[in-house]
Parts: sequence; C-alpha cells; structure tokens
Amino acid sequence: MKFFLKKFLDLIPTLLGISLICFFMIRLIPGDPVLNLVGERGVDPVRYLEMKKSLGLDLPIIQQFWYFLKNALHGNLGTSIVSNNSVWSEFIERFPATFELGMVGLILATLIGIPMGIYAAIKRNSFFDYFLMSVSLIGYSMPIFWWGLILILVFSVKLGLTPVSGRIDLVFDIPVFSGLYLIDTLQTSVLRAEGLTPFWSALKHLILPATALGTIPLAVIARMTRSSMLEVLGEDYIRTAKAKGMSKTRIVYIHALRNALVPIVTTLALLFGSIITGAILTETIFSWPGIGKWIVQSITSRDYPVIQGGVLIISFIIIMTNIFVDVIYYFLNPKMRN
Amino acid sequence: MKIFFSELYFELKKNRGAMIGVVVIIISVFIALFAPLIAPHNPTEIFADALRLPPVFVQGGRAGYFFGTDDIGRDLLSRLIYGSRISLAVGFSVVIIALISGTFLGVIAGFYGGFTDRIIMRLTDLIMSLPSILFAIVIVAVLGPGITNAIIAVSVVAVPNFIRIIRAQVMVEKNRQYVFAAKLFGASSFRIMFIEILPNCMAPLIVQASLGFSDGILNVAALGFLGLGAQAPMSEWGTMLSDARSFIESSPWMVTLPGICILVTVLSFNLLGDGLRDALDPRLKKQN
Amino acid sequence: MLSIHVSKSRTKMNDTLLNVENLNIFFKSDKNPEPIHAVRDLSFSLKQGEMLGVVGESGSGKSITNLALMGILGDSAIIKAQECTFNNKNLLNLSEKEWQKVRGGEISMIFQDPMTALNPFLTVEFQLVETILAHIDCSKKEARERAIDLLSQVGITSPADRLKAYPFELSGGMAQRVMIAMAISTSPKLLIADEPTTALDVTIQKQILMLIKSLQIKNNMSVILVTHDLGVVSEFSERVQVMYAGEIVETAETKKLITYPHHPYTYGLLSSRPGAIETKPKSELPSIPGIVPAFHHRPAGCQFNPRCTNAQNDCLNQTIIIENGLRCLHPMAEK
Repeated sequence: MKFFLKKFLDLIPTLLGISLICFFMIRLIPGDPVLNLVGERGVDPVRYLEMKKSLGLDLPIIQQFWYFLKNALHGNLGTSIVSNNSVWSEFIERFPATFELGMVGLILATLIGIPMGIYAAIKRNSFFDYFLMSVSLIGYSMPIFWWGLILILVFSVKLGLTPVSGRIDLVFDIPVFSGLYLIDTLQTSVLRAEGLTPFWSALKHLILPATALGTIPLAVIARMTRSSMLEVLGEDYIRTAKAKGMSKTRIVYIHALRNALVPIVTTLALLFGSIITGAILTETIFSWPGIGKWIVQSITSRDYPVIQGGVLIISFIIIMTNIFVDVIYYFLNPKMRN
Repeated sequence: MKIFFSELYFELKKNRGAMIGVVVIIISVFIALFAPLIAPHNPTEIFADALRLPPVFVQGGRAGYFFGTDDIGRDLLSRLIYGSRISLAVGFSVVIIALISGTFLGVIAGFYGGFTDRIIMRLTDLIMSLPSILFAIVIVAVLGPGITNAIIAVSVVAVPNFIRIIRAQVMVEKNRQYVFAAKLFGASSFRIMFIEILPNCMAPLIVQASLGFSDGILNVAALGFLGLGAQAPMSEWGTMLSDARSFIESSPWMVTLPGICILVTVLSFNLLGDGLRDALDPRLKKQN
Repeated sequence: MLSIHVSKSRTKMNDTLLNVENLNIFFKSDKNPEPIHAVRDLSFSLKQGEMLGVVGESGSGKSITNLALMGILGDSAIIKAQECTFNNKNLLNLSEKEWQKVRGGEISMIFQDPMTALNPFLTVEFQLVETILAHIDCSKKEARERAIDLLSQVGITSPADRLKAYPFELSGGMAQRVMIAMAISTSPKLLIADEPTTALDVTIQKQILMLIKSLQIKNNMSVILVTHDLGVVSEFSERVQVMYAGEIVETAETKKLITYPHHPYTYGLLSSRPGAIETKPKSELPSIPGIVPAFHHRPAGCQFNPRCTNAQNDCLNQTIIIENGLRCLHPMAEK
C-alpha cells in the first residue's frame, strides 16, 4: 500500500510540470494570446476584453495557472476555435478509435512478438534466430509513416484487399455502445439488421493501420523477449530444473518465461508511448478519426486550445499507464511484495 | 584514448552487421559531401515536360531521370541525393546538441547529486513522460514549423537519454580511487568532472550517440511528413514522402524511394549502435 | 505418517551403482577448430551407500563430470566413454525421456549457491511439489505432505509455513536445506553434491555436511561430494579421488590418502591446510605455486609438471597412466 502511495505522490510533480508546459505553451507563442485563441478571424474590441476577462488573462500569472489547473481538474479544457465544441467532448468522441487501433496493434505485436522471441532464444544461433533478429532490426528502423504507405500500396492499391481510409464503410450506422467498432458491430440490434457484414467491414478497415502501428512494437517485443529469455535460461535455477528432470517445455514455460516476462512488461509500458507516437502518424496516413489525427489537424489549423488540452490528456493517460504497469510489475515479481 | 578506439575497432570488425552499417554510413557521407558532383540535376529544377515520370528501368521511364520525376517534374534521384545531405546534417546536429547539453547536465547531476540532481532528473522525467513525437510537436507548435525548429524540438527530446546514461556512469565513477586522488591534489570540481571522470564515461556515450543519430533522422523525417519540419521545396525525405502521398496510386515510386533512403540510413546507424554496444558491454560480450 | 511407498530396491553395500570407464569430455568451440579436451580418461566406480569425495581446484573438471553424469552438459559438449553405467543402465544412450526419469529421480544434484539455484519467482512449495509429482505417482495433496515431511527431515522448523516462502526470504543455510530436501524428495540412489557449502557461512557448513552424511546412511544413498577442501572430505567420505586438469591424479581410501599422500599435488593440497602437516611455528603456510592450466593450454606429459616440486625430465613428455590409484612417476616418499 505504501508502495502505491509513494508511486502516486511521485506523480504530482510530473503532472504539475506537464500542466505548466501546456499552460505556458499558449503564452509562449508569439502574438497576443487572446488573438491566438480566437484564431485569425479577428475580434471586436468589446469581445476582446470580454474574452480576456473570461480567460482570466487580466489576472496575475500565478492566479491564471491556478484557474487553469482548477478548470482542467473539472474537465474544462477550453473550447476548440475551429468547431466551438469543448475540447473534452471532442477528445471523448475520438478516443475510442485510437484506443481500438492501439490495443489491436499492441495485441498483435505481443501475440506474435513474444512467441517469436521465445523460439529464437530456444533455437539460439539458428537460421530462424538470425532471420528474426535481422527482420526485427529492420522493423525497428522503419519509418512508420512510410511503412503505412507501403502497406496501402500493396494491400489496397495493388491487391485491392483492404479499404484505404476510415474505420468502417459509411453505409452502416452503428449505435454507439463502447465506441470500439469491433465490439459495437456485434450488438444484437446490428447483427439482426445487417449480420456480420459491418463487423468484417470494421475489421478490414482496422487491419492495415493496426499492422502498421504494431510493427515497431513487434520488433521491440521480439528482441526484448529473446534477450530476456536468453538471460534467464542461463541462470542457475534453470540448471536446477534440468537436474530435477523437468521437461524442456516445462522449463521454458514454467521456470523461465514468467521470470523473463518481468522486463518485457516494463517494455510494454514504454511501448505505450510509442503507440501514441505511432497513432499520430498512422492515423494521419489512414485517415483514422482518432486523437492522433485530431492533434495534427489542430496544429495545421492553429487550434491552440485543442493542442493544449489534447497534450494534457494524452500525457495524463500515459502517466496513468505507467502506474498501471508498476502495479502489474508488483504482482509479477514476488520480491516487490515484501 | 587511442588504445580505446583501436580496441573498439578490433571488436567491431568481428561484427558483420556493424561493419555493413559503417560501410553504408561512409557511402552516405560521401554522397552527401559530393552531392553537387554526383546529382545529375539541380534538385529544385523543374522539367515541365517530365511530370511524374517512372524510373528508367520501368516502362515509360526516360533516360536522364534515373529514378523518375515527381509531380512537378523534379528529378527524383537528385532530390534523394541532396536529401541525404539534409538527413545526415539533421542527425549530426541533433546528436551534437543533445550530446553537449545532455553530457553537461548529466555530469552535473551525477557529480553533485542532491538538489541539483533532483531538479535535473525531474526535468528529464517530464520530457520522457511524453511520447517524443508529441513533445516535439508541442515545441514546433510554439516555435512554428521549419527544419531548424524541428531540429531543436527533436534535440530537446533526445537530451534525457544522454542525461540518464551519463549520470548513471558518473555516479559510479565518482567513487573511484582516481577521483579521490584528484581531489587530494586539489583539482577543481570542473576539472574532476570533465577531465578526470568524463573520459571514463565514453563507452555508453558513443553507443547512445549512434542510436541518437538514427532517432534524430527518424523523428525529423516524421515531423517533415506531418508538415511540421522541412518545408517545400527543400528535398527532405520525410517532406518528399508527405508530398508524394496523394500520388500513391499513380506514381508509387515517389512514395517508395524516399522511404527506402530513410530506412537504409536509420538501419545502418542502428546496426552500428548495436555493434558498438556489443563491443563495449563486457557482460553482453560474454553472453554471445 | 507418510502414505507413499517408494520402491526402494535394497541393494547390498557392495553392489556397484555407478561405473565409469575412460570418460572423455570435449567442448566444441567457435574459436578453435579442435574441440577442447576438458576431461580425460576418467575411470571410477561407486558402490551403493558409499560416499566418494572428489577434490580439486576450480578448472579441474569435477563440475563438468557431474553435469555429464546428469546429462545436462549442453549441446556444445561431446561425451565419449568406454562404459558409463548407472544402476545397470547405460547412461550413454538414454533418450531425453529416459534422462528426465533419471535426473531428479535416481540421480539428484545440489549446487554451490542455493540462493541462485532456486527459482526466485516460485515458492518453495511449488518447486518441491513439482519435483515429487514429476517422479512419484501420487496426488498433489500427498506430495505436499511429503514436502512438509522432507523439510522437517532436513531440519527446518515449522515446515508448513516455510512452504509458502519464496527463496529470497530464506537464509543461505535454509535455502541449501530446501535444496537438499528437494534432492532427496524422490529417494534417489545417488546424490551429487557440487561444493554444497562453499557459498555458506562457516558455521553452517558443518551442519549441512552432517545432514548430508546422516541422510546418506539413513537412506543407503550413494553420494558424490565435490569440494576443493580436503579437510571436508577427510571427515565425511569413505573414499577420495583427487582431480587435476581433467584427470584423476590419485584415488584411495580417505584415511590412507590423508595419512600418506603420494601425489605431489595431493601433498600440496594437504599442506596448504593450516595444521595439516607439521610446520615450524609462525612459518608461512605453504601453497602450491601457479594455477591450473587452462583447457587449451595443457602442458605435454604430466599435467602437473609445471607446478610440481618433484618434476624430472621424464615427466615432461610422456603420457602418464594411472596405476594403483596414482598417476605419478615420482611420488612423495612415505614418511
């Protein structure tokens, strides 16, 4: 319990720092903050003063920061200049798309990467081992935005197997349940009306971007699993397990894998950040209506409240994930529990 | 120092991947340096009669435009050759900026510890808690798009890696005998930090520099792709990819080639970095 | 109290349990085209219920021999022997399945450092019960009871509580007791103890050795006790063989060997123990100069000749064979 409390207290300075960055971001942009916030359309002097007051810009800077924090804690992150919707509602609308994409990408990477890494470790120095290590190094060096385009080129343009953009064919009208189309298309009302067609459509739309997004994590996970596994397989207690007459399978899966998983879980946490980075690029390529595309668009349209709010939420999510991983780590490693 | 490098070279020579990396890097440096002599055309020259020509070896290609031309009739090969100049320069600047500031901050944090250390480490935690591209985007959003600002943004993002590595090493080194000896002889803190300790932290620094090079190239290209880095008509590979996106169906070579250039350059620096790490890390050396 | 009956073929004391003739172990290596010859022409036998002490410095090939007897030497090793029979089984051509039965079932092993030899992520209970279930046909509950019984047999107090512990929660001596409990859990015929006390506190060392000795007698189990300390061996084992650079240099009954060491190496080992031989008061403790030659830098002739005080010209070039338990041309004179 003390462990979690300490972790939680450690968060506060980081969160404050990020809020500070987001807060000053708008104020550091050259030009008048009010004008930056209302965009390039200009504003009449009366409205200007009103806005300045409502944004609290007439107050001392410390007080301004205080109001900013207070509003953020209440979920009030300002209003988009472009759409006039609140930043929070825009985020909530787009988050499930990114979540679905990221999760499927990460699951693909884990499900393929860990077994491949284990196999390479067992068959160390074999052809497969060298092959996997070379491929994963290439995957690791791949510019993801290019890889996405190549996937489109091969699977959509040349082979015509998958759609180029979007989350689902526009003919379907899916009632929102979870926001994740792979789940929402399986609702009974949808199944009754359209059968499995909407689900397949959603899956077809998802598979390329998820592959593009999952490639770098896949490479990282496979390499990490291999080296972690090799390290554990060289430990004394593996020799003990052999000497006890355990079968090879049991040694790998019961005695080695669990221990090897601990650093892999930590890697997964670090990968969450790279998933977000990847989402920004992947969503731009595949016109995926998630938060990555949202942020990039807001930069091109100089929608500062969206950038500010978006960055704040994303960093909050990432920090929370790191805490979550610490919790898993805690339960995986018996040493931590004492 | 000389012995260090000759031993390093000896270890590195045994690693085939790393040697491939070195050869590719030398070739790209050569291409970048002599770009005006090698490139058949001026990278920004527009040939109005040669729009979106495919490469020479594909049907419809025209001699003189080896890799074909782009949407406004510029020679792709020449643009790619000049692009290597930009990419290498970008990688180099990112590493230099991040290396100098990261080393400085890392040495100070590791050496003094206490409050100074806490402040510096909080800052690195802060930067590292955000995904690098997102943080770079924030910086570019403030500074405005452009290649210089992209380099600054990517360098800032790269600094924490250097700080952490150097700090950890300095914390080990500062308790060694030679540091006590130097203190007894009355060496100044500055001298102990940068003349006595720093040379002993070279190994991880070299590895990180090599890996930082590839990260830098990749991140600046990503910003270019998002339209936040190099601006047209600069022939930066990421920006070229971004321009080529709309022509993916009709002119796939415009998409394929710049990406391959990024991949090969980044890959060669990663190969070198991995090789350096294996050569410098005795624990890993034993394992392999 | 214990409901499981383990079939224990009560062999007589004189029956040979393990017989090894001309065992050679080579290692393939990337650097050298020639395989490295780590253990040479090793022959020895072990009777049921007997404790054999194996003594030698590190690098003498004793641990490699043990791992070969367990069949866990790894793919880079080539094992050749005229004969290697254990309990009427030819160990040289066992399948992996058959090996798994032998390992842990009929031959058990305990290692130098109990803290690293136990899996830190699994409880004592898990590791004990899994061993029992792998070799004895019984239910999980019975295996658990047997585990508790074993822990009390090796002198662990409140064994039921200790079952739940993770290895890092135990002290070194306690962990080695758990290792021993695990090793004897399947009533093996042979226990190989590879420097079982080297990593432990001096005060614990004797307790552990006494425990092994008492279990040997109680279970009529054979033990190979590997150590670099002749003193340990002299107290506990019936017979000793001294190894040097992959060869047996001298073997005899413990008492005889301790009183009359013939091989200069044995003599050197003995005299480097404080109080082992008479020396002038306050004189420097004798030691053997030099180190064991590395596997790929073996000298010609007698392996010990570069460090030997008795070495003469004929030691330098001819291969010396072992005769009457001694591999030496110029042994020490009996006092």
